[in-house]
Amino acid sequence: MKHLLTTKDLSRDEAELILDLTGQMAEAVSGREVPKLPTLRGRTVVNLFYEDSTRTRTSFETAAKRLSADVVNFSAKTSSVNKGESLKDTALTLQAMGPEAVVIRHPASGAPQRLTQWVDGAVLNAGDGTHAHPTQALLDAYTMRRRLGGIEGRTVAIVGDILHSRVARSNIWLLSKLGARVRLVGPPTLLPTDIDAWPVEVSYDLDASLRDADAVMMLRVQRERMNDAFFPTANEYARLYGLDERRLALMPEHAVVMHPGPMNRGMEIAARVADSPRATITEQVANGVWVRMAVLYLLLTNGETR
Amino acid sequence: MTESTLIKGADIVGRGRADVLVREGRVAEIGTPSGAGAAVVDADGLVLLPGLVDLHTHLREPGREDAETVHTGTRAAAKGGYTAVCAMANSYPVADTAGVVEQVAALGRAAGYADVQPIGAVSVGLAGERLAEIGAMAYSAAKVRMFSDDGHCVSDARLMRRALEYVKTFDGLIAQHAEEPRLTEGAQMNEGAVSAELGLPGWPAVAEEAIIARDVLLAEHVGARIHFCHISTARSVEIIREAKGRGVDVTAEVCPHHLLLTDAKAHTYDPVYKVNPPLRSDADVAALRAALAEGVVDAVATDHAPHAPQDKDCEWSAARPGMLGLETALSITVAALGGPDGVVWDLVAERTSRTPARIASLAAHGRDPEPGLEANFTLVDPSQSWTVVPSELASLSQNTPYAGMELPVTIQATFLRGRATVLDGKLTETAEETR
Repeated sequence: MKHLLTTKDLSRDEAELILDLTGQMAEAVSGREVPKLPTLRGRTVVNLFYEDSTRTRTSFETAAKRLSADVVNFSAKTSSVNKGESLKDTALTLQAMGPEAVVIRHPASGAPQRLTQWVDGAVLNAGDGTHAHPTQALLDAYTMRRRLGGIEGRTVAIVGDILHSRVARSNIWLLSKLGARVRLVGPPTLLPTDIDAWPVEVSYDLDASLRDADAVMMLRVQRERMNDAFFPTANEYARLYGLDERRLALMPEHAVVMHPGPMNRGMEIAARVADSPRATITEQVANGVWVRMAVLYLLLTNGETR
Repeated sequence: MTESTLIKGADIVGRGRADVLVREGRVAEIGTPSGAGAAVVDADGLVLLPGLVDLHTHLREPGREDAETVHTGTRAAAKGGYTAVCAMANSYPVADTAGVVEQVAALGRAAGYADVQPIGAVSVGLAGERLAEIGAMAYSAAKVRMFSDDGHCVSDARLMRRALEYVKTFDGLIAQHAEEPRLTEGAQMNEGAVSAELGLPGWPAVAEEAIIARDVLLAEHVGARIHFCHISTARSVEIIREAKGRGVDVTAEVCPHHLLLTDAKAHTYDPVYKVNPPLRSDADVAALRAALAEGVVDAVATDHAPHAPQDKDCEWSAARPGMLGLETALSITVAALGGPDGVVWDLVAERTSRTPARIASLAAHGRDPEPGLEANFTLVDPSQSWTVVPSELASLSQNTPYAGMELPVTIQATFLRGRATVLDGKLTETAEETR
């Protein structure tokens, strides 16, 4: 594994390996007085963020630092990107610094794949357009493993704006690969066309989709989508596809509520649901660091040194 | 300068071998002329076709001379076997006045590699709001007959209706870029399984088909003829087939890339495959090939769209749409029509030369050689294949989607009014006034 661009490219073995390593990372660091491993000492990881995402950037930065890597934050706001430097020129500039890995967040789908042609180091996709967000899917899978005891045979409902969601796409490929039954739920306007070949079930009815779900993953929905006629109003969206306490009660006792954040409380998820013990939202954030440590470790060492 | 050339032994449009004597820019004799004192071109094993005519070329001059100029673009045309190209109006400034179209025509004459017939804009600045001075362009020295807002659809139904009616004055023709803009806002590629996976906003087939359906009805209603640029879907073919069956005066072109490539190429995220309308599905490619053979699609047009490196060496969504086409079009057409072995050369000539010349009202082009006619033709080697190397193309730009591909048939020579613009497969340095 040279890069991590999408979960679609991962084999089941690779995905299982990352999740296993994630657990090991959590254990290895948790007992320590100084929560750091020396594994990536002397290696440079560049965080190249073209979108504001404090949570993802911080998570990657923390992960890299806990592995003792040197971290360079290259945010689009403080670079020449805003003056119009191309991704290629930025890549060539970074290349001159010789980083072992570039973590990229970019609003254009496919930008990380383009970047692999211009830099020698490993490229980690931290979210590209509406295409993929593989570490988010991996941390979601890890969270499910911990909460549900496994993924094989579990039913996961992914609810909301599938069309514009890189989180949904990455989860679909990963969870189905790991043996889960994946169900997409949302209004037809927010589901992509031509997904017959996807390993998913599709439903427009949230109530009916919850009764046998082991996990429900609520996606962030931008209110502005109503201006493009994806749905009439935020209120109507919440009424049809928001997860409130009534709907939470429809789910099996053991089922968990997930959200990649940031949440629109009152829109796709009611505040009381978000704050309930069934919700894994802060746990997902914590697991994100372990997952990113596992991925950085795997890409930068090929799993050769421990 | 008087010169004569004897082209020996070419297969004339697949009908049989003959010698062709060219004198003073025109065909003097066909058969077994003596041709004493003439320069001899050995065309043994080659097929002579009427010079190719492109209904849809972006020459980028004026305005984007870093991507292509009339000079480099017509060199690429000659290399591809073309003797005439129709230059699209989306230059900077837009070709929406007599002044701009005359400038483009003059640049073509100065380059001397192919006749350049400017296409005028339908609306001022391609903005789709007010009619451009269509009459002034028609009666200018550039004698514009085709009008198109290509790059943009004339989406306003009333403006489209008026344009269709207005050009009847001088037997003009509206060439529509069929794309309902409200259905393609932000679109990056064909809407389908691949766009769903890649997370790139989709350009649905219905955005093209809805405009084609509307416009054949409009053309029928006002009794005008209409031409559709770069049709790309199987359903577009069906709508046009049905309209032709009803007697609507409609013609359509297809681009080589829509006859060969599909949206599966987008998996690379390499914007060299980004084009508008986008690459579609296998089923669309098959339907377009069948329609071209059958004649529902009348002509092959390149939509040759050169772009400077920075406009393609970037993220997919930041890249400009379009791909080179002039130097590869004949090869792909021959392949799409079942060649190279056993291809019907008469059909190739019909779709790449005679019909497009008729659509564009270019009387001196698209004619099989006959004594007295201008000697505009090309010699094709049907037995040779070639590998596309971007840096070896004559175009100023290198955004070909066929890099590294082996394509059938090569252009050995192209003659414009008797003068070789290409000889032995290479461009000649003939940049001077040819008329």
